[in-house]
Amino acid sequence: MDIAVETRALRRVYRTRPQEVVALDGVDLRVARGQRYGVLGPNGAGKTTLIKILVTLLLPSSGEAYVDGLDVVHQSRELRHRIAMVSGGENVGFGMLTVKEQLWMFSQFYGMPSRPVRRHIEELLERLGLSDAGDRRIAALSSGMRQKMNLIRGLITNPRILFLDEPTVALDVGAARDVRDEVRRWMAEDPSRTVILTTHYMMEADELCDRVAIVNRGRIVAEGTPAELKQRVQRDSIVDLQLSPGTRLLDALRAVDGVAAASVAEQDGIDRFSLQLSSDAALTGVMRVVEGSGRQIRGVQKREPTLEDAFVKLVGRGMAEEEQG
Amino acid sequence: MSHPAAVQIFLKTIVARAWPRFVSTYRNRTWVVTETLLPLIGTISMIYVYRALHAPARYLGFVVLGGVLLAFWQNVIYSMATQFFWDRGAGNLELFAMAPTSLAAILLGMAFGGAYVSLTRAFTILLVASLLFGVGYSAAGLLPALGVFVLTICALYCLGMLLASLFLFYQREAWQLADAMQEPIYFLSGFYFPIRSLGAIAGGVGSLIPLTLGLDAIRQLVLPGTPQFIPLRWEVLAVVVQIAGYAILSQISLRYLEHRAREDARLILRST
Repeated sequence: MDIAVETRALRRVYRTRPQEVVALDGVDLRVARGQRYGVLGPNGAGKTTLIKILVTLLLPSSGEAYVDGLDVVHQSRELRHRIAMVSGGENVGFGMLTVKEQLWMFSQFYGMPSRPVRRHIEELLERLGLSDAGDRRIAALSSGMRQKMNLIRGLITNPRILFLDEPTVALDVGAARDVRDEVRRWMAEDPSRTVILTTHYMMEADELCDRVAIVNRGRIVAEGTPAELKQRVQRDSIVDLQLSPGTRLLDALRAVDGVAAASVAEQDGIDRFSLQLSSDAALTGVMRVVEGSGRQIRGVQKREPTLEDAFVKLVGRGMAEEEQG
Repeated sequence: MSHPAAVQIFLKTIVARAWPRFVSTYRNRTWVVTETLLPLIGTISMIYVYRALHAPARYLGFVVLGGVLLAFWQNVIYSMATQFFWDRGAGNLELFAMAPTSLAAILLGMAFGGAYVSLTRAFTILLVASLLFGVGYSAAGLLPALGVFVLTICALYCLGMLLASLFLFYQREAWQLADAMQEPIYFLSGFYFPIRSLGAIAGGVGSLIPLTLGLDAIRQLVLPGTPQFIPLRWEVLAVVVQIAGYAILSQISLRYLEHRAREDARLILRST
């Protein structure tokens, strides 16, 4: 297998007062060339730290990391020719510049010849629907337009490996879809290209990635194709239960015989519980607990498993709970 | 895999990083007031102090030349050395650092981009203040003074790169220190008086800043009767040594502190 990214026992500790923070705790990762590889996990899981080490901005505390066969610690200068990174919510650049000027400026830091790069910028602007905004100042762009521009910045230097760190965070549905479509198109142009994507949007990882690593508290807890990961909860019945707000119920539901895993997220004033039941019979016990709590049932629904369910099964808690600590 | 040559990337980076500075001078013209008229008022007020004291005419020239070089010092400190502090906050530093270019080229780009504003400010002060107060200069010394000026600016920008590496690593602490050091540096460099007035020890300490000896040499060349701190030829030689010394030190410091910054997560806006 031709490997694009490999890490071995990668560990990163931040020395902050009053205590150290272990952001990565022995990460072993192998990403084959040509893949769209997702690193999925809640905020604070260590995804961004992993990316920053791989793009040479951060040194690991211990362990090894190789990108395109090059050591990120000792061969960073050569490696920087081959990679690019685009982060979500980026506010980089200079508001006084136009979109075209900004993109040209960053291309020059890679020594790109100006004339072809300007042509390439025009093509990419058109592809992402930004042709009319090319001469507009950056300060006047919407967040969606800005993120598309950032994606173009990542593409114009023709990297072999593109790192996308939460690239669609805070984007509306349309802009997020455009970004994902462009990533797919870019990959399709050259099968040797590789994308490493971090996200905490399960749907995004499911839709875009060939393989996914689920990261939690600095460790990889599972790795595989989205289908393989979902397979882990395939035998369970997934039931969504919507309840009116009330006393804490999650631990009581987890204690019900036959409930393999449970998580909760509050949305629009309703608590949405996601339950993984090893058999449908467990639903009787669940309903008994709900009735005893005095909460009102607003909806019950059985559905197909998602990556979120795989995460809950692997970690024992939902993403939102993990983010809250 | 073949890549553009390092020197090609270096030169393109300088031009590209200078571009935002350059375009901002004609897209936002408020600098005409803040960078020329206001500093001119500062220089003129010092001239009035000397006039009120009935100081010899060459003292007005000391102030004018001090005002001219002050423009470049402020460009080096505020538009170059401290910029990594702001670039980190905006997220630009990450992109500079992960590109296959050098941070020295980025810094030089900032410096060249800001040079237009500094030159305009310096030229305005020189022309307006000299004409307004009838300051005369020795014609024979003008060309050599121009040469010393170029050397001084080179040394100053090399010092700026050294300071920028400290800002890269120490960030807010360095910013606070730079702010606190402004007035002592104005004082020790003799922007508004001949450095000889400070005596050997304070003048010697002040001479670590390339402006001090460069400014004194320029004054000796174009304002006859300037009290000599050290002989002219030694001053010029010291500035040349400073160019080499600060250039080498800045490269070592940039590499070392960039590595330390990667260790200590100082290049990135942290989020795990």
